[in-house]
Amino acid sequence: MRISIRGGHFIDPANKVDDTLDLHIADGRVVALGTAPDGFQSDREIDAEGLVVCPGFVDLCARLREPGAEHKGSIESETRAAVSGGITTVCVPPDTDPVIDDPSVVELIRRRQRLAGQAKVVMLGALTRQLGGEFLSEMGALMEAGCVGVSNAWVPVANPLVMRRALEYAATFDLTVFSVPYDPLLAPDGCAHEGETATRLGLPGVPRSAETTIVARDLALIEETGVRAHFCRLSAAHSVDLIERAIGHGLPVTADVCAHQLYLTDRDVGEFDSRFHLRPPLRTDIDRQRLLEGVRSGSITAVCSDHQPHDQDAKLHPFSDTEPGASTLETLLPLTLALRDHGLDLNSALERITCAPARILRIEAGTLGLGAAADVCLFEPDTEWVVESHALYSNGRNTPLDGRRVRGRVKQVLVDGRSVFEAG
Amino acid sequence: MSAPTLQTGADGRLRHLLTVEGLPRPRLEELLNTAESFLGVTQREVKKVPLLRGKTVVNLFFESSTRTRTTFELAAKRLSADVINLSVSTSATVKGESLLDTLRNLEAMHADIFVVRHGTSGAAHFIAQHCLPHVAVLNAGDGRHAHPTQALLDVFTIRRHKPNFDQIKVAIVGDILNSRVARSQIHALTILDTAEVRVVAPRTLLPVGIESLGVKVFTDLTQGLAGVDVIIMLRLQKERMRGALLPSEHEYYRQFGLTEARLQGAHPEAIVMHPGPINRGVEIDSSVADGARSVILEQVTNGIAIRMAAMSLIMGTRTQDGREVG
Amino acid sequence: MMQLDDIPGILNDMAGALSQHLDRRGVSDFALVGIHTGGMWIARALQACLDHNDPVGGLDISFYRDDFTRIGLHPRVQPSSLPFQVENRHVVLVDDVLYTGRTIRAALNEIFDYGRPASVTLVVLVDRGGRELPIAADVVGLEVALAAGNHIKLSGPDPLSLNILQDP
Repeated sequence: MRISIRGGHFIDPANKVDDTLDLHIADGRVVALGTAPDGFQSDREIDAEGLVVCPGFVDLCARLREPGAEHKGSIESETRAAVSGGITTVCVPPDTDPVIDDPSVVELIRRRQRLAGQAKVVMLGALTRQLGGEFLSEMGALMEAGCVGVSNAWVPVANPLVMRRALEYAATFDLTVFSVPYDPLLAPDGCAHEGETATRLGLPGVPRSAETTIVARDLALIEETGVRAHFCRLSAAHSVDLIERAIGHGLPVTADVCAHQLYLTDRDVGEFDSRFHLRPPLRTDIDRQRLLEGVRSGSITAVCSDHQPHDQDAKLHPFSDTEPGASTLETLLPLTLALRDHGLDLNSALERITCAPARILRIEAGTLGLGAAADVCLFEPDTEWVVESHALYSNGRNTPLDGRRVRGRVKQVLVDGRSVFEAG
Repeated sequence: MSAPTLQTGADGRLRHLLTVEGLPRPRLEELLNTAESFLGVTQREVKKVPLLRGKTVVNLFFESSTRTRTTFELAAKRLSADVINLSVSTSATVKGESLLDTLRNLEAMHADIFVVRHGTSGAAHFIAQHCLPHVAVLNAGDGRHAHPTQALLDVFTIRRHKPNFDQIKVAIVGDILNSRVARSQIHALTILDTAEVRVVAPRTLLPVGIESLGVKVFTDLTQGLAGVDVIIMLRLQKERMRGALLPSEHEYYRQFGLTEARLQGAHPEAIVMHPGPINRGVEIDSSVADGARSVILEQVTNGIAIRMAAMSLIMGTRTQDGREVG
Repeated sequence: MMQLDDIPGILNDMAGALSQHLDRRGVSDFALVGIHTGGMWIARALQACLDHNDPVGGLDISFYRDDFTRIGLHPRVQPSSLPFQVENRHVVLVDDVLYTGRTIRAALNEIFDYGRPASVTLVVLVDRGGRELPIAADVVGLEVALAAGNHIKLSGPDPLSLNILQDP
């Protein structure tokens, strides 16, 4: 299959290309930009006039709910939702059931992904066995099975010695450790940012220190062990300070933020609106501004969806009894494009969801250089649309943006040169 | 007229009573004034009016509290309603039945009012959102969030002694962090334009950002009580010693217990209140609890009138002009 | 709108008729009870005419109305107060306008919740007909036939005036 995508505004942040250029694809790979190679006969022409043509997005964290919670979503349903949002590669954290601490689980997920044929899936292996925080996982085997990094997901490694050993062992295999900084001991039953809203509603709070103490601890351990590490889903202003200081000291660390943290605050919880029950919790405007500043300066390298689809029942309880998380694959693009209102140009904004996360995962994705896989997203950069939970492709209808007007809509998505999504 | 919320309809009338927060002042005063009328009923030969005859009130208690349940039961009975008491043990939830399941089951009983006590903040809101439209929900305490009838009976009691809220200082002393009563009291006092509302507690029992509710924070009891007209003592739960919030009851009493000596610093005509049940010798000395300044038993009597008022006002609809017919 | 202004004269006549009525029944000791708000004004006026010394009781029948579930609680409920023993007393119940009879039904029920009176005599300023219950007044100041769509309203307390108004 040979495809030419013509007349689009072509943006490839990895190669600093930003121009009106035709893109030519053959056998699932990029073969030329601009003029087609001699003798190139396209089987399909895509008119991309008025559209941005860019690498398909790489999402650092999306829960597909399979295996283990198929009532919330499946690899099939959620990778389809991903491509409808322009995402062509998703990274799955290891807290599936069974946990990704064994090559057989990696193989299962990969097989299911292939069967679905939508977005590509990469995986993080468990840092400790069963995510239990006590024994090291078989990181060597997980790496050989294809895991792109290791993480303990939301499960804390309470014992700092175990954490240090795990970091050292990961460094042995040159694996990146993905730390989700959260200490539940500082937030018993916590479900909302410890601040005015939680106080008003009488909700158990999650102080910023539940995050920052772990960022600080892990940074100290990273400094000693020399492991490459990535900090996931920052929510507190001070975490950004800590990361910037560490980068300044030359530590091999990166960080991300989930897109909705850049726009929502704890005030949005209103009167116990469980759609805004998220983890990490929505924090204050001060935190939000600091996170935006981090994204602007590049100390927060990547923006992700942190997609957590839920069945309806999961959110049908009093607030603190509901399950945290939001269905966000399909709003990653508009929220990233909104960074244009916060001092980023289109090119830099797209970098945060293409080559930047691909570099963190050390995978070949997020770019459309010659020879790269033709994972392509075509979108209308300025079309406004209203998010409607019932219209989502994801099985999880739990979007906190239901009813909100956003800007930027995906038109067509290709994975390995194959059209997997076309907007109606 | 303020914007409609879950508890006040577009016409401004009360559909449920879930929280004091955001109640327009006239609504709050209507509750107090109606309670004033019901207080007369409770002093008569027949302590009963036929207002809710044929209505069914379900006391839905997910947390056991015989005292609170009894006052709601008595209030409902004095309004001639039929009362069903249901203590739902949390074991039902353990078995996998969700609050929504429980609610659907109870709706089959054709209740008109659910009086809800639940350990989780927002539970009453949740039930009000999901119950049948004709059912009114009365929050009898949800988690740390709200306990509106307790706060209303407290300001009702204060009003009978100190009618001018804009001239009084009120100190709320104790476990503010875990207290739904304190939160509702703060809102009620603020809506009534109380000159000064203080909270007095050790740092471990003060929630972050409590100042945003419009209170002055004190961590020293003597300073906190200086010149106040009303002292509200909160109950200290024994569990607080476990969560490393306090070292011991003894230390708490020494630092934050209300004694005759400490009372001297307040206004000479200050009244002392407590939502009950009292821990004598922990948050309050017996001589103060039983002393001349104490209005604690009055609070109990007023509680029934307030609950009668709340139940009456959330039932039925109301004409705008209230013109007499006949 | 029509206004009737000879209310003092009517009240005088009513006081006389009430005295005769009570004499006939051999009642000398009685308690005056007015229904909020107009009935209270009339009861006080009668108290003055009759030189009656005991305090006048007041009833707010809001808690006894049969239309509560339809129209809810009256927004300005006032406490009822009967500052005397009802048990075995002769009660003179006073209201401004007698119409369907439902208010009187409610007032009788409320009085009985204070005790068992020896008798109840009903006195009204205006009887406008339209009864829906078997209730009749013992003393009536004025009988008025009202056209459909009109109602009658007492303003007061000083001066008292009766107005016929178009229903809203």
